[in-house]
Amino acid sequence: MTGKNKKNYNENYINYVRSFDPPTQHFKNCFRAFLVGGLICCIGQFFRIFLENVFGLEGTELAGATSVCLIFLGTLLTGFGVYDRIGKNAGAGSIVPITGFANSVASPAIEFKTEGMVYGLAAKMFIVAGPIIVFGVLAGTLVGIIYLLL
Amino acid sequence: MQTIFFENKPRIIGTGTIAGPKECAGVVGKFVDTALADDRFGESTYEKAECKMLSYAISQAIKNARLTETDVDMLIAGDLLNQIISASFAARDFTFPFLGVYGACSTMAESMAIASAFVNAGYYRHIVTATGSHFSSAERQYRYPLELGNTRPPQSQWTVTGAGGCVIANTGSNIAITSATFGKVVDFGITDVNNMGSAMAPDIGIIGI
Repeated sequence: MTGKNKKNYNENYINYVRSFDPPTQHFKNCFRAFLVGGLICCIGQFFRIFLENVFGLEGTELAGATSVCLIFLGTLLTGFGVYDRIGKNAGAGSIVPITGFANSVASPAIEFKTEGMVYGLAAKMFIVAGPIIVFGVLAGTLVGIIYLLL
Repeated sequence: MQTIFFENKPRIIGTGTIAGPKECAGVVGKFVDTALADDRFGESTYEKAECKMLSYAISQAIKNARLTETDVDMLIAGDLLNQIISASFAARDFTFPFLGVYGACSTMAESMAIASAFVNAGYYRHIVTATGSHFSSAERQYRYPLELGNTRPPQSQWTVTGAGGCVIANTGSNIAITSATFGKVVDFGITDVNNMGSAMAPDIGIIGI
């Protein structure tokens, strides 16, 4: 805390605060994320093989149906209050797969249900996932335009 | 003049406290008036529970001070939600005037300092000060939905589920408020929503008891 100007003050203080942070256990976190993320992918693959062999789906239909199954599972687990417990331990392992996206839509929906069906649930459902959708659509449009021009 | 001294030494003559299950699992559990097993306090939402806890703390403080509602001249209270709504709604349950304050973690100290000034000056005889918060309503207010599967960093802090109140009067107990030091707002650039304690630490004010 010996900085002479405001910027130095801030930097010194932030460094001081950081010095008390417990160290992040990178290896343990990565291992858990790999395990849970891999497990979710295995479940996805199981659905894929199952749908291909039993219902005879193929191509984009098969990919879509698999995603729908995983989204359903992610939403269901969020509703049961299990997904946040998985997420607490798995980190990116359960956020990155499509189930994590389902969780980010379903969890605000549950949270804001108390504020009403229209202004609560429906309006605030995309409070977490909204930016992903906005920039996802934007990026998709830009790529589409570039693809058209090439 | 950051520090003021109270000549007549206002006293804390009664307190009322209530806390949630996680808080009561530790040492705090032995000292609260009521330890909740259900963090919703029988209400349908966490916000309503917060309001009910606050209302409970206020009436418990009045009871422990051996007063009745008619003896109390004013309520000074605040909480963490928008428009300090829990405190305002809790104030509906009582007949005395209400002064809403907001000071985040310092709400209790702030309301006690204001109450002491009023009591010391002789404008009021008994003032109830109170504050309350709820982990689940604060998470929604400041951070993410509860069911979102994100990880909390190890240094993240946990908002208390609980409420506390005290009655301040000029005589009647051995616990006196002698002085109050008001903190300045000092921004050292902490932007981590999970570590609000370190953002507020430089602003600290002190109540001398």
